[in-house]
Amino acid sequence: MAAEPWQTAEIPGPKKASVITKPEVVVAMIKRAQHPVLVVGHKAAEIDFDGGKLVDFVIGFAKKSGIPVVATAHMIGEFTKRGFKPAAFMPAVDIGNRLVDPSWTGVDGKGQHDLALFVGLYYYMEWTILSGLKHFAKHLKTISLDNVYHPHASWSFPNLSHEEWVKNLKVILEKV
Amino acid sequence: MSKKGLHVKIGELKSDLGLIKNLELSVGRIVEEKWAEPMGPTPFPSLTTLREWDMKLLQRYKPFYLPFCDVCCLCTFGKCDLTGGKRGACGIDMAAQQSRIVLLACCIGAATHTGHARHLVEHLIEKYGRRMPLDVGGLNIQVEAPVTRLVCGVKPETLGDLEDILDYVETQITHCLSVCHTGQEGNNLDFESKVFQVGMLDHVGMEVADIAQIAAYNFPKGDPDAPLVDLGYGTVNIEKPVILCIGHNVVPSVGIIDYMKENGLDGEIEVCGLCCTAHDITRYYNRGKIIGPISWQLRFIRSGVPDVVVLDEQCIRTDALYEAQRIKAPVIVASEKNCMGLPNRTNDPADAIVEDLVSGKALGALILDPEKVGEVAVKVALKVAPLRKKFKAIPEVDEVLQKAKECRQCGDCRRACPQDLHIPEAMKVAMEGSLAKLADLYDLCVGCGRCEEACPAGLQVHSFIVKAGEKKLKEETYKVRAGRGPIQDVEIRNVGSPIVLGEIPGVVAFVGCANYPNGGLEVAEMVREFASRRYIVVTSGCAAMTAGMYRNEEGKTPYEEFTGEFTAGGLVNVGSCVANAHIAGAAIKIANIFAKRNLRANYEEIADYILNRVGAVGVAWGAYSQKAASIAAGFWRLGVPVIVGPHGIKYRRMLLGRADREEDWYVYDARTGEKVYVGPAPEHLFYAAETKEEAMVMIAKLCMRPNDTTKGRAIKLTHYIDLHKRLYGTMPEDIHRFVRTVADIPVTMKDEIVKILEEKGWKETVIPDPTLLPRLIRKKKE
Repeated sequence: MAAEPWQTAEIPGPKKASVITKPEVVVAMIKRAQHPVLVVGHKAAEIDFDGGKLVDFVIGFAKKSGIPVVATAHMIGEFTKRGFKPAAFMPAVDIGNRLVDPSWTGVDGKGQHDLALFVGLYYYMEWTILSGLKHFAKHLKTISLDNVYHPHASWSFPNLSHEEWVKNLKVILEKV
Repeated sequence: MSKKGLHVKIGELKSDLGLIKNLELSVGRIVEEKWAEPMGPTPFPSLTTLREWDMKLLQRYKPFYLPFCDVCCLCTFGKCDLTGGKRGACGIDMAAQQSRIVLLACCIGAATHTGHARHLVEHLIEKYGRRMPLDVGGLNIQVEAPVTRLVCGVKPETLGDLEDILDYVETQITHCLSVCHTGQEGNNLDFESKVFQVGMLDHVGMEVADIAQIAAYNFPKGDPDAPLVDLGYGTVNIEKPVILCIGHNVVPSVGIIDYMKENGLDGEIEVCGLCCTAHDITRYYNRGKIIGPISWQLRFIRSGVPDVVVLDEQCIRTDALYEAQRIKAPVIVASEKNCMGLPNRTNDPADAIVEDLVSGKALGALILDPEKVGEVAVKVALKVAPLRKKFKAIPEVDEVLQKAKECRQCGDCRRACPQDLHIPEAMKVAMEGSLAKLADLYDLCVGCGRCEEACPAGLQVHSFIVKAGEKKLKEETYKVRAGRGPIQDVEIRNVGSPIVLGEIPGVVAFVGCANYPNGGLEVAEMVREFASRRYIVVTSGCAAMTAGMYRNEEGKTPYEEFTGEFTAGGLVNVGSCVANAHIAGAAIKIANIFAKRNLRANYEEIADYILNRVGAVGVAWGAYSQKAASIAAGFWRLGVPVIVGPHGIKYRRMLLGRADREEDWYVYDARTGEKVYVGPAPEHLFYAAETKEEAMVMIAKLCMRPNDTTKGRAIKLTHYIDLHKRLYGTMPEDIHRFVRTVADIPVTMKDEIVKILEEKGWKETVIPDPTLLPRLIRKKKE
């Protein structure tokens, strides 16, 4: 299935993300991964989600899946306010930089990650970090959980309406 | 520095020693030495002279590449797919390709400043002569060109001396640019080393440009009390004819101001500017007005206020001619670099050009004589203003509301918007009769106009936003201190010790362009925060204007609230883009004037000093241009970290330290030769922050340096922890990396921090005399 980048001019090149056509794909990817990590940007505290904010979904998802969370920017405060302790907090470029290093021991000291899920960064920041990972982290698969197409990820939703996106994430939460 | 060319030809010379026939001896220049300081090791460095220093930096701050796209398309073999470790037809891989693009961007930036400098120097020599002294601050500024002295090993004294310096810079930029050709360099780190080289050259070019114009035009000479000048749309008297100058090269604007003054028209006409030309107008003429940063171009032109638009060079919208036509304002282009397709009228009589522009026979003219630009612009403004009657291209409210009904809600505007602004939602509200949501977008809009290009219905979306925000626009009446130029030697003497010892927590320079992620208010907030914390805050370029577009509870702008001195709690506007060299110059002068390190052609040692001792950080929150890239590169080589806003990630490469890799953070103790762990100070060299909050925490962190005294480190840690707690709601988790001895711990937080240190298994270390250069070790290890 073809998908268009959210920002019209952001044409990536020959290698584009596979489109997540149904949320079960994400669940399967997570279950197959040995050591996933979830990177959460500051917009997770701004984006409305099912009566709350996206960060509320993220917390529920992290708790259920057991995936360690990296909070970027000032998101640590948003998690702390909600009584959730992420595995780590660091700038978005720092987690990107660590994920390209095969010798990094991961956010929990258990070794480098093989799957990184991203949500809630500026589109252009996530775009470029995903590109860095696509090119320089061969050991890593990436998934964007945003409601817009991220061609530099390994897997991404297409551009979705807010309602469709919420529906998809709820299925992931249910089945993970 | 004075010099002469020498050519000796001897046909035949008989002497006791023998016979000499047809001896010809040419010497390009003889430098007459007046500077007693001995020549350092690296005068006029070539591409590889400082390579070892670069590699030391790159070993610690490794590049993290963030390709914009998967391909290379620079030669006809291409496009080449570089994904998955593939190499292109020329053999290049993705890391080298990305670093090549960074080098290309920096070459463009450095060439732009240096071209600007060359034009200024040639023009000023023609006007004032080669022997005009470079007085940039009299007795207060004896080290008048610290960057040039450091890099080139020469001490320029006259305008003529600057020509040789530019010869060197131009040659080196050409070499660096040639490195970008297919089949030259193949290693990414060597590309990066050349990025540093061209960044360093850029600072020389900028310094040349600014000291030339300071000396020749009598700009403020390091004056902390440079006048407060008007800033903002609302400061322009629209009852008068208005001349708008856009760009960076002040020469044509000087022509306008001089003509006005010489003809008794001072006060009759408003002369205002956008972008750095505006800064330099107010450095020359304190009745000039600064409209705002680069992103105000569309909104100000479309407002219909300008009667004549004068374009010089750099950062000018390339559709400025078209936009000016829409408001029936004639355009004068005044730079060979920016002819806009207009006929060259330089040799035509001024009155003939005026007649053609006023009658509308000609929409614009290329005039390469700045005095003639002055005469034509002033005469045209006086004649056109009553005819145009401020004809504008912004629709009235009724029209916006009517046109909004044509919106198809396709979302293309939002997908074209670099800020991802929720334009369709705002248009929907407008369709229902309210401009409130469009008005909300005004503060966040960067003024690029891509929304209009994308709109399939041809709606003037940007104009709608400006109309909705018109009240805010018209209320923009602020003050900014005119660019003061260099920092005085005495100021350096006063603050050198507290900076190096860490008691002034840092020097934070807010520089660069206006591609802000959330509007300009964030810059003003950061400026105010750090000035209030008694950091030394420096500004330049568009960031300096943005910082001024804010008022505190007492109604004061930051420039009215804080002193203009280079001191703790000071807010120092150095001036336009090219004045950025004075920020690097201040760091260099700390090493030279305060620490008495030799300056002359002694680059490595001074950079090593700055990296390890001078807690300076650059912040380019809205960096967009290639010039911003090369300015940053000049700071990197000098050991000054640079933070960019989130859009800065599009520079495609970060230089990031790894705090978790202890082995990366050892320095030599120059006293003993021992290697000592000093923690990640500074942690990064080039880094894009996601949010203002993240940037503020990182600014405080990046000000820490290995040389900080215990008192100084405690002060710096206090700010870091305080900001972290306030903005992140928690203690930092890396405190143990910055506490070297118990005395480093801020007293008020002792119990809390000691507990963290115990949990982390912290061990005390020594505070060394830090250096990365083995040659600076005074006592060799046995």
